Amino acid sequence: MEQIIFYALAFVAIVFSALTVGSRNAMYSVLYLIVTFFAMAGFYLLLSAEFVAIVHIIVYAGAIMVLFLFTVMMLNLNAPLLLPRALLVRILAVIAGGSFALVLIAALGKAAHFTPVAPGASQAVGTVNVLGKMLFNEFLLPFELTSVLFIATMVGVVVLTKKEE
Amino acid sequence: MTETIRMVPLEHYIILSLIIFSIGAMGVLLRRNMIVVFMSIELMLNAVNLLAVAFSSFRGDAAGQVFVFFVMVVAAAEVALGLAIMMMIFRNIRSIDINQLNQLKW
Repeated sequence: MEQIIFYALAFVAIVFSALTVGSRNAMYSVLYLIVTFFAMAGFYLLLSAEFVAIVHIIVYAGAIMVLFLFTVMMLNLNAPLLLPRALLVRILAVIAGGSFALVLIAALGKAAHFTPVAPGASQAVGTVNVLGKMLFNEFLLPFELTSVLFIATMVGVVVLTKKEE
Repeated sequence: MTETIRMVPLEHYIILSLIIFSIGAMGVLLRRNMIVVFMSIELMLNAVNLLAVAFSSFRGDAAGQVFVFFVMVVAAAEVALGLAIMMMIFRNIRSIDINQLNQLKW
Protein backbone atom coordinates (compact mmCIF):
# COMPACT_ATOMS: atom_id res chain seq x y z
CA MET A 1 0.00 0.00 0.00
CA GLU A 2 2.73 2.41 1.01
CA GLN A 3 4.63 1.55 -2.15
CA ILE A 4 1.64 2.22 -4.39
CA ILE A 5 1.09 5.62 -2.78
CA PHE A 6 4.79 6.46 -3.04
CA TYR A 7 5.07 5.67 -6.73
CA ALA A 8 1.80 7.40 -7.58
CA LEU A 9 2.92 10.53 -5.69
CA ALA A 10 6.36 10.34 -7.30
CA PHE A 11 4.75 10.23 -10.73
CA VAL A 12 2.55 13.22 -9.89
CA ALA A 13 5.47 15.20 -8.44
CA ILE A 14 7.78 14.59 -11.38
CA VAL A 15 5.15 15.24 -14.05
CA PHE A 16 3.87 18.42 -12.45
CA SER A 17 7.31 19.81 -11.71
CA ALA A 18 8.21 19.21 -15.36
CA LEU A 19 5.00 20.97 -16.37
CA THR A 20 5.89 23.86 -14.06
CA VAL A 21 9.16 24.32 -15.86
CA GLY A 22 7.78 23.70 -19.33
CA SER A 23 4.52 25.61 -19.28
CA ARG A 24 4.32 28.71 -21.47
CA ASN A 25 1.89 30.57 -19.27
CA ALA A 26 3.30 31.69 -15.92
CA MET A 27 -0.13 31.40 -14.34
CA TYR A 28 -0.35 27.70 -15.24
CA SER A 29 3.17 27.24 -13.87
CA VAL A 30 2.04 28.55 -10.50
CA LEU A 31 -0.94 26.21 -10.43
CA TYR A 32 1.18 23.18 -11.42
CA LEU A 33 3.66 24.09 -8.72
CA ILE A 34 0.88 24.03 -6.12
CA VAL A 35 0.06 20.44 -7.16
CA THR A 36 3.75 19.56 -6.81
CA PHE A 37 3.79 21.03 -3.30
CA PHE A 38 0.78 18.94 -2.28
CA ALA A 39 2.54 15.82 -3.58
CA MET A 40 5.53 16.81 -1.43
CA ALA A 41 3.26 17.06 1.59
CA GLY A 42 2.11 13.53 0.77
CA PHE A 43 5.71 12.31 0.89
CA TYR A 44 6.18 13.94 4.28
CA LEU A 45 3.09 12.13 5.56
CA LEU A 46 4.44 8.85 4.18
CA LEU A 47 7.66 9.48 6.09
CA SER A 48 5.51 10.05 9.20
CA ALA A 49 6.67 13.66 9.48
CA GLU A 50 3.20 15.03 10.13
CA PHE A 51 4.19 18.41 11.50
CA VAL A 52 6.51 19.15 8.59
CA ALA A 53 3.71 18.20 6.21
CA ILE A 54 1.26 20.63 7.81
CA VAL A 55 3.81 23.45 7.95
CA HIS A 56 4.77 22.75 4.36
CA ILE A 57 1.17 23.13 3.18
CA ILE A 58 0.64 26.29 5.23
CA VAL A 59 3.88 27.98 4.21
CA TYR A 60 4.23 26.90 0.59
CA ALA A 61 0.70 26.34 -0.69
CA GLY A 62 -0.69 29.01 1.61
CA ALA A 63 1.80 31.85 1.73
CA ILE A 64 4.44 31.52 -0.96
CA MET A 65 2.12 30.51 -3.78
CA VAL A 66 -0.26 33.36 -2.95
CA LEU A 67 2.70 35.71 -3.29
CA PHE A 68 3.54 34.19 -6.67
CA LEU A 69 -0.05 34.33 -7.85
CA PHE A 70 -0.44 37.97 -6.88
CA THR A 71 2.81 38.90 -8.56
CA VAL A 72 1.82 37.13 -11.77
CA MET A 73 -1.54 38.89 -11.71
CA MET A 74 -0.05 42.28 -10.87
CA LEU A 75 2.53 42.15 -13.62
CA ASN A 76 -0.19 41.13 -16.08
CA LEU A 77 2.25 39.82 -18.63
CA ASN A 78 1.10 39.38 -22.16
CA ALA A 79 2.58 36.59 -24.19
CA PRO A 80 4.64 38.42 -26.87
CA LEU A 81 6.62 40.18 -24.15
CA LEU A 82 8.51 37.00 -23.41
CA LEU A 83 9.96 35.13 -26.35
CA PRO A 84 11.26 31.63 -25.70
CA ARG A 85 14.96 31.00 -25.69
CA ALA A 86 16.79 29.96 -28.83
CA LEU A 87 16.42 26.30 -29.71
CA LEU A 88 20.11 25.57 -29.20
CA VAL A 89 20.05 27.07 -25.72
CA ARG A 90 16.98 25.03 -24.83
CA ILE A 91 18.52 21.79 -26.06
CA LEU A 92 21.73 22.54 -24.19
CA ALA A 93 19.78 23.33 -21.02
CA VAL A 94 17.93 20.01 -21.17
CA ILE A 95 21.17 18.15 -21.85
CA ALA A 96 22.90 19.91 -18.95
CA GLY A 97 20.08 19.19 -16.54
CA GLY A 98 19.78 15.57 -17.66
CA SER A 99 23.49 14.89 -17.37
CA PHE A 100 23.46 16.57 -13.96
CA ALA A 101 20.81 14.08 -12.82
CA LEU A 102 22.77 11.20 -14.35
CA VAL A 103 25.99 12.18 -12.59
CA LEU A 104 24.20 12.46 -9.23
CA ILE A 105 22.46 9.10 -9.62
CA ALA A 106 25.70 7.46 -10.71
CA ALA A 107 27.41 8.94 -7.66
CA LEU A 108 24.65 7.46 -5.54
CA GLY A 109 25.55 3.99 -6.82
CA LYS A 110 29.15 4.52 -5.71
CA ALA A 111 28.18 5.86 -2.29
CA ALA A 112 28.54 3.74 0.82
CA HIS A 113 25.50 1.63 1.46
CA PHE A 114 23.17 3.31 3.87
CA THR A 115 21.96 1.31 6.84
CA PRO A 116 18.84 2.66 8.51
CA VAL A 117 18.44 2.26 12.22
CA ALA A 118 16.37 -0.63 13.45
CA PRO A 119 12.64 -0.07 13.11
CA GLY A 120 11.23 1.03 16.41
CA ALA A 121 14.02 3.51 17.09
CA SER A 122 12.49 5.95 14.61
CA GLN A 123 9.09 6.00 16.22
CA ALA A 124 7.95 9.42 17.35
CA VAL A 125 10.35 11.60 15.39
CA GLY A 126 7.97 13.75 13.39
CA THR A 127 5.60 14.73 16.18
CA VAL A 128 5.11 18.25 17.49
CA ASN A 129 6.34 17.13 20.90
CA VAL A 130 9.78 16.01 19.75
CA LEU A 131 10.25 18.79 17.21
CA GLY A 132 9.15 21.50 19.64
CA LYS A 133 11.54 20.36 22.32
CA MET A 134 14.38 20.25 19.86
CA LEU A 135 13.51 23.60 18.31
CA PHE A 136 13.41 25.42 21.65
CA ASN A 137 16.45 23.77 23.20
CA GLU A 138 19.20 22.97 20.75
CA PHE A 139 18.05 25.29 17.97
CA LEU A 140 16.89 28.22 20.08
CA LEU A 141 19.47 30.71 18.79
CA PRO A 142 18.81 30.05 15.08
CA PHE A 143 15.10 30.14 15.80
CA GLU A 144 15.40 33.62 17.31
CA LEU A 145 17.68 34.74 14.51
CA THR A 146 15.00 33.86 11.97
CA SER A 147 12.81 36.58 13.48
CA VAL A 148 15.59 39.09 12.82
CA LEU A 149 15.77 37.78 9.26
CA PHE A 150 12.04 38.24 8.82
CA ILE A 151 12.06 41.78 10.16
CA ALA A 152 14.90 42.66 7.83
CA THR A 153 12.97 41.09 4.96
CA MET A 154 9.79 42.98 5.80
CA VAL A 155 11.61 46.30 5.95
CA GLY A 156 13.42 45.51 2.74
CA VAL A 157 10.25 44.59 0.89
CA VAL A 158 8.44 47.73 2.02
CA VAL A 159 11.37 49.93 1.04
CA LEU A 160 11.80 48.23 -2.32
CA THR A 161 8.18 48.32 -3.41
CA LYS A 162 7.43 51.84 -2.18
CA LYS A 163 6.51 54.22 -4.97
CA GLU A 164 8.91 57.10 -5.29
CA GLU A 165 7.40 60.56 -5.32
CA MET B 1 1.21 4.09 13.63
CA THR B 2 2.78 1.65 16.04
CA GLU B 3 5.25 -0.27 13.92
CA THR B 4 7.24 1.73 11.40
CA ILE B 5 8.48 -0.56 8.69
CA ARG B 6 9.49 1.37 5.63
CA MET B 7 8.25 -0.35 2.51
CA VAL B 8 9.98 2.13 0.18
CA PRO B 9 13.79 2.06 0.30
CA LEU B 10 15.67 5.24 1.01
CA GLU B 11 17.38 5.06 -2.37
CA HIS B 12 14.09 5.73 -4.11
CA TYR B 13 13.55 8.88 -2.09
CA ILE B 14 17.06 10.00 -2.97
CA ILE B 15 16.53 9.34 -6.68
CA LEU B 16 13.20 11.17 -6.61
CA SER B 17 14.83 14.19 -4.95
CA LEU B 18 17.63 14.14 -7.50
CA ILE B 19 15.15 14.10 -10.38
CA ILE B 20 13.12 16.99 -8.98
CA PHE B 21 16.29 18.96 -8.21
CA SER B 22 17.50 18.43 -11.78
CA ILE B 23 14.15 19.55 -13.17
CA GLY B 24 14.53 22.71 -11.11
CA ALA B 25 18.08 23.28 -12.34
CA MET B 26 16.88 22.70 -15.88
CA GLY B 27 14.17 25.30 -15.37
CA VAL B 28 16.69 27.91 -14.22
CA LEU B 29 18.70 27.32 -17.39
CA LEU B 30 15.72 27.01 -19.67
CA ARG B 31 13.37 29.83 -18.87
CA ARG B 32 13.64 33.57 -19.38
CA ASN B 33 10.61 34.54 -17.36
CA MET B 34 11.97 35.64 -13.99
CA ILE B 35 8.93 34.34 -12.10
CA VAL B 36 9.37 30.85 -13.51
CA VAL B 37 13.06 30.95 -12.63
CA PHE B 38 12.05 31.73 -9.05
CA MET B 39 9.62 28.83 -9.08
CA SER B 40 12.37 26.52 -10.29
CA ILE B 41 14.50 27.62 -7.36
CA GLU B 42 11.58 26.75 -5.09
CA LEU B 43 11.47 23.30 -6.67
CA MET B 44 15.15 22.79 -5.94
CA LEU B 45 14.70 23.88 -2.31
CA ASN B 46 11.78 21.47 -2.00
CA ALA B 47 13.83 18.59 -3.35
CA VAL B 48 16.48 19.24 -0.71
CA ASN B 49 13.78 19.47 1.98
CA LEU B 50 12.38 16.12 0.93
CA LEU B 51 15.83 14.59 1.12
CA ALA B 52 16.41 16.00 4.61
CA VAL B 53 13.08 14.68 5.87
CA ALA B 54 13.72 11.27 4.30
CA PHE B 55 17.12 10.93 5.97
CA SER B 56 15.77 12.24 9.26
CA SER B 57 12.89 9.79 9.22
CA PHE B 58 15.03 6.82 8.26
CA ARG B 59 17.67 7.63 10.86
CA GLY B 60 15.20 8.43 13.61
CA ASP B 61 16.86 11.81 14.16
CA ALA B 62 14.59 14.84 14.46
CA ALA B 63 17.33 17.39 13.73
CA GLY B 64 16.81 17.00 9.99
CA GLN B 65 13.19 17.99 10.27
CA VAL B 66 14.03 21.01 12.39
CA PHE B 67 16.49 22.02 9.73
CA VAL B 68 13.73 21.83 7.14
CA PHE B 69 11.91 24.57 9.04
CA PHE B 70 14.89 26.86 8.70
CA VAL B 71 15.09 26.12 4.98
CA MET B 72 11.41 27.04 4.70
CA VAL B 73 11.98 30.28 6.61
CA VAL B 74 14.83 31.30 4.35
CA ALA B 75 12.82 30.30 1.27
CA ALA B 76 9.90 32.44 2.37
CA ALA B 77 12.16 35.44 2.99
CA GLU B 78 13.92 34.87 -0.31
CA VAL B 79 10.66 34.74 -2.26
CA ALA B 80 9.27 37.88 -0.62
CA LEU B 81 12.42 39.87 -1.32
CA GLY B 82 12.89 38.41 -4.79
CA LEU B 83 9.37 39.25 -5.87
CA ALA B 84 9.78 42.78 -4.48
CA ILE B 85 12.96 43.23 -6.51
CA MET B 86 11.14 41.82 -9.52
CA MET B 87 8.36 44.36 -9.12
CA MET B 88 10.93 47.13 -9.03
CA ILE B 89 12.69 45.84 -12.12
CA PHE B 90 9.36 45.59 -13.91
CA ARG B 91 8.55 49.17 -13.01
CA ASN B 92 11.86 50.33 -14.43
CA ILE B 93 12.26 48.34 -17.63
CA ARG B 94 8.67 47.11 -18.16
CA SER B 95 9.84 43.53 -18.55
CA ILE B 96 10.89 40.58 -16.43
CA ASP B 97 12.98 38.93 -19.11
CA ILE B 98 16.28 37.98 -17.51
CA ASN B 99 18.11 38.48 -20.80
CA GLN B 100 17.38 42.20 -20.63
CA LEU B 101 19.21 42.47 -17.32
CA ASN B 102 22.65 42.55 -18.88
CA GLN B 103 23.86 45.79 -17.33
CA LEU B 104 26.15 43.95 -14.93
CA LYS B 105 27.57 41.69 -17.62
CA TRP B 106 31.38 41.65 -17.95
